[in-house]
Amino acid sequence: MSLGVTTGYPNNRYGRALVQSMIKLCTAMLIGAALVRPAAAIVEIDITEGQVEPMPIALPAFSGNGTDDQLAKDISDVVTADLRRSGLFNAIDPAAFIQQGMNVHTTPRFGDWRTIGAQALVTGSITKQPDGRLKAEFRLWDVYAGQQLIGQQFFTAPENWRRLAHIISDSVYERLTGEKGYFDTRIVFIDESGPKEARRKRLAIMDQDGANIRYLTRGTDLVLTPRFSPVNQEVTYMSYMGETPQVYLFNIETGQREILGDFPGMTFAPRFSPDGQQVIMSLQQGSNANIFVMDLRSRRTTRLTNTAAIDTSPSYSPDGRRIVFESDRGGAQQLYTMNADGSNPQRISFGPGRYSTPVWSPRGDLIAFTKLHQGRFMIGVMRPDGKGERILTEGYHNEGPAWSPNGRVLTFFRDTPGAQGGPQVWTVDLTGYNEQLVSTPNFASDPAWSPLLN
Amino acid sequence: MTKSLVARASRIAAVIAVCAIAAACSQTRPDLAGGAGSVSPGTTQDFVVNVGDRIYFLNDQSSLTPAARATLDKQAQWLQAYPRYTITIEGHADERGTRQYNIALGARRAAAAYDYLIAKGVNPSRIKTLSYGKERPIAVCDAESCWSQNRRAVTVVNGAGS
Repeated sequence: MSLGVTTGYPNNRYGRALVQSMIKLCTAMLIGAALVRPAAAIVEIDITEGQVEPMPIALPAFSGNGTDDQLAKDISDVVTADLRRSGLFNAIDPAAFIQQGMNVHTTPRFGDWRTIGAQALVTGSITKQPDGRLKAEFRLWDVYAGQQLIGQQFFTAPENWRRLAHIISDSVYERLTGEKGYFDTRIVFIDESGPKEARRKRLAIMDQDGANIRYLTRGTDLVLTPRFSPVNQEVTYMSYMGETPQVYLFNIETGQREILGDFPGMTFAPRFSPDGQQVIMSLQQGSNANIFVMDLRSRRTTRLTNTAAIDTSPSYSPDGRRIVFESDRGGAQQLYTMNADGSNPQRISFGPGRYSTPVWSPRGDLIAFTKLHQGRFMIGVMRPDGKGERILTEGYHNEGPAWSPNGRVLTFFRDTPGAQGGPQVWTVDLTGYNEQLVSTPNFASDPAWSPLLN
Repeated sequence: MTKSLVARASRIAAVIAVCAIAAACSQTRPDLAGGAGSVSPGTTQDFVVNVGDRIYFLNDQSSLTPAARATLDKQAQWLQAYPRYTITIEGHADERGTRQYNIALGARRAAAAYDYLIAKGVNPSRIKTLSYGKERPIAVCDAESCWSQNRRAVTVVNGAGS
């Protein structure tokens, strides 16, 4: 875990210190965990199944040792909310808890926790250090085996308390599901305000749970379709700032912004390659849109499609060898895949309706898309060969799926009709049963997930 | 300031005078005069009120309807009559489509109008195209009556050039 806890601060001193202390302390604490792992009674959650029965988990408020109890409770509340929103955990009502006054050093009376149906238990303590930093310690317990699964300790500046909570959530999620977590992440999106016929759109970023919103542009220029780099704190998006709308690159940490390429027309629908070194996008020339890729180091651009059609929304496979995109070359919007050099295009969508905005899962196993059929807008997934289509959500208007970095959750926006209507950001997991609103102060659209920060 | 207004007015008069002699403009004259009640011929307002600044498209289409062609014919005549103007054709889509595709669809609609005006003799250097996709609806109800107004290409006259 490279301590992204200090991300956003040029001086990474605390981050490094955290890593070092973690390595030292965790080594000692995890020895026990490593030994019990094979004997653990917890049935790991298989999150590929259709509908998952959420695992009952007890999360007593972390202890603040009497001086920082509110902050400690806030941290464990964020952990609880993360795990609950994943749909994989059922946080047991604290009113049912029998054993009280838990902190990270308390030995659980496992019988008490079994009685209330808990399968897992998370305990923790927060302590202010003399240098002003927070020390956070937590343990994850297997209630049935009566053993510790994780013991970790972190140091960070107090203002990073939410990130601290998300890192703990990721740790618990990863241990219990066998999958990387996605809580210590951010979502870049378009903040929308003003009347529908004159919307002011701003590039904005927030934590994946909607906290800590920051606005990255002022709203003087129309901005659309931001996408996160999979490897660093860069975003590519489309802006109407200049004479012609163009794709831009924006560094979130430095605030630096630049136009990508010198194209003879409007560029749009950008997305990074999996290694973050290339941006693939559409170029509009006359009535045709074709797909081009730009190498960020050499600045060289290469044409990948050459049709009299609308070829757009390109997205790489995680190995970088294939590209999925939408095209109306066959008469209406459908999904196609091709090799990274543009060769061997193949249509993959054949169902009734129009298919668009394909996004390849970071796991490589699925392609998410928007589907329009009979006036309904759906978010669905299919395998890269086009088989196994499943619709995860459908309604008046759902659009623009983007994957969580672990490939288990999609974020998208849902619009509502009429003059007062507007889009909001939602998430849905791969079962389609767990839909969650990401609450934002204004309307919000075009969400895109960051890589895991920690 | 008074001086420049006078100069502009005399330029407009000159253009109209030239136009009156040209055979190709004979059909234009009545149109321009027709609605000229409170609108001065050759103004951007004249273009909007008496010529028609926008054309409409069928769902997911960029082909020009007969009504659209008729409007573009009048736009071409007006632009020939007032060659000092440049224009921007803004292509739009309704909101019942996905964002990226609608950006391209709006561009395709603007291109259809562009191609038609070029074919009617308007100099390509006077025309710029721009697509707003579904980002700038003018009618915001949840019905075809609004969506059909949003599927449009609007010719914006960029003030008097030089």
